[in-house]
Amino acid sequence: MMSLKIFVPCDTTALALGADKVAAEIAAEAAERGAAVEVVRNGSRGLFWLEPLVEVETAEGRVAYGPVAVRDVKELFDAGLLSGGQEHPLCQGLTEQIPYLAKQQRLTFARAGITDPLSLEDYQAHDGFKGLRKALQSSPQAIVDEVKASGLRGRGGAAFPTGIKWQTVLDAQPDGEQTQKYIVCNADEGDSGTFADRMVMEADPYMLIEGMTIAGLAVGADQGYIYLRSEYPVAHRILDQAIEKAEAAGFLGENILGSGRTFRLEVRLGAGAYICGEETSLLESLEGKRGLVRAKPPLPALVGLFGQPTVVNNVLSLAAVPFILAEGGQAYADYGMGRSRGTLPMQLAGNIERGGLIELAFGMSLRELMEEFGGGTASGRPIRAVQVGGPLGAYLPESQWDTPLDYEAFSAVGAVLGHGGVVVFDDTVDMSEQARFSMEFCVEESCGKCTPCRIGSTRGVEVIDRIRNGERPEQNLELLGDLCDTMEFGSLCAMGGMTPYPVRSALTHFPEDFNPQGREADHG
Amino acid sequence: MSGLTEADRTAVSTIVDQLKSKPGALLPILHGIQDRLGYIPSEAVPLIAEALQQTAAEIHGVISFYHQFRTSPPGRHQLQICRAEACQARGARELEAHAKAKLGIGYHQTSPDREFSLEPVYCLGNCACGPSVRVGDEIVGRVDATRFDQLVDELTTVPLEVK
Repeated sequence: MMSLKIFVPCDTTALALGADKVAAEIAAEAAERGAAVEVVRNGSRGLFWLEPLVEVETAEGRVAYGPVAVRDVKELFDAGLLSGGQEHPLCQGLTEQIPYLAKQQRLTFARAGITDPLSLEDYQAHDGFKGLRKALQSSPQAIVDEVKASGLRGRGGAAFPTGIKWQTVLDAQPDGEQTQKYIVCNADEGDSGTFADRMVMEADPYMLIEGMTIAGLAVGADQGYIYLRSEYPVAHRILDQAIEKAEAAGFLGENILGSGRTFRLEVRLGAGAYICGEETSLLESLEGKRGLVRAKPPLPALVGLFGQPTVVNNVLSLAAVPFILAEGGQAYADYGMGRSRGTLPMQLAGNIERGGLIELAFGMSLRELMEEFGGGTASGRPIRAVQVGGPLGAYLPESQWDTPLDYEAFSAVGAVLGHGGVVVFDDTVDMSEQARFSMEFCVEESCGKCTPCRIGSTRGVEVIDRIRNGERPEQNLELLGDLCDTMEFGSLCAMGGMTPYPVRSALTHFPEDFNPQGREADHG
Repeated sequence: MSGLTEADRTAVSTIVDQLKSKPGALLPILHGIQDRLGYIPSEAVPLIAEALQQTAAEIHGVISFYHQFRTSPPGRHQLQICRAEACQARGARELEAHAKAKLGIGYHQTSPDREFSLEPVYCLGNCACGPSVRVGDEIVGRVDATRFDQLVDELTTVPLEVK
């Protein structure tokens, strides 16, 4: 008799909500009842409010139950869990028909939560390594052309066209006798409210490995590094195991699939520095130095890691590549709007009823995202402010929630889409406190190389404190405006250059919070 | 401080020797030492400097740049509380205040009984289910004051051995 498959995710959020204990309880309960059950530790579907989301395989498809606590397990078995019984209140019906998931257009996250992240069989059964096989039969220029045709733009935040970056590295003549080029994956996903990179690495690590290998073939690099933040211990464990298995099976390392081509890959851990998400700082860190930002030019594409031509791409950019190679650049470009092609994985976080990952073609509005998918706040209070694009992104007031999710549209209202993180706050938020935090975060995380960022942020905290205390508010508000200008135009990188975005947006859209009397009245 | 045992000194040398020929070896070496000893003892700095042909000042500069590297031994349990925006939206500021009061220490401090060290962290990637706390390599979601106390109690409860 074949054993019945029950899926319990091994993703960070699922684990943070007790998935290991639930998995153990299910196995124990099944054993007690003499049922042949195989508990598969899959990735997460990204429906985080339902985690731990337990799925049972049935002839009709997988049936979902969530959020499941250890104490629910016995009851679920009694209610027919093993046959996919749909009576229990925790049953969400067929997973694929849960509206949150059914309404998405999943390309990058097509396999997330469906497969066992470390199973090479699962990966290949779901189109894995198709792109790599195609790349092995293509010329480097043909691979780069396919990526250009897809219109893929860097998903790390700056939205630079990936194909053009690759072309630069492909065309670069390495220094003198040195012929080394590198592929570096920026997996230092430090923005609060983002977890898409983490989900790729935990749910579908072979996709990233495949994308990086294709990048290596495209530009002529035989060494890759994944610079992973140390705050992601689960992703670290899964990536290391995936690299080992992929190498052992011939998909990575020397003589890939018998082609004679080589690509080696290694995970390197960061050490808790937000600035190392900035690509030049990341390269310094990989070289074993302080993560000080480099002046550009020269571009890393020409003078990158150890001075050699280097592709530095975000996890999501590299993860989109296997699809582009397998299905063709045009298939990817068919999604999206304007110059924003393909899909964008948005991440709903903070005070939200149904937080999770939503992959959609560009163009849906922020409001639809928060209301249709998110279901409003978790606290049940009205949404007041939404920070999009991480700690350096603007806070959007209700008047801007109809902005479509598109790089240019966000830019037009002085906001950024960045890495797609959406952090929702309810009406208890004190926006002057949030503005102060933005400056404080910059104090904490500035690399210290340039003065506007290093000193400006410290002065920013002081000035905001004075405003909050009602000390000469008019003069200090003017001073804060000047300071923001200096930081924006005088800083070497986005850390100091964009810290003014959340600060200014808070000042412009929520001025009442900067007036001590106004704050009293609102928040008592 | 010269509290380094012979075994610790050997461990440091072994880690340095194993990793020194990697390109950009310094961070892997520092992680290796901290994973093993819980911190990077000052005695390790000249050893690393010599192996990498750098100055002690350069090594010190790198250690002090990164928030994660510590130069003194941590408590038995290391607690990190996420201070970032998504967790703020779910009450992280209240949790921070509660945790400091409960443990009687501030950030970057270790309790007098050496049970707990408390550190801030900026995002653990659990942003849809905050506030988040990291204990060792485990991340815990939706931590309010009650759940925090429960965590602390679980960590300080010593299982009794039945003879």
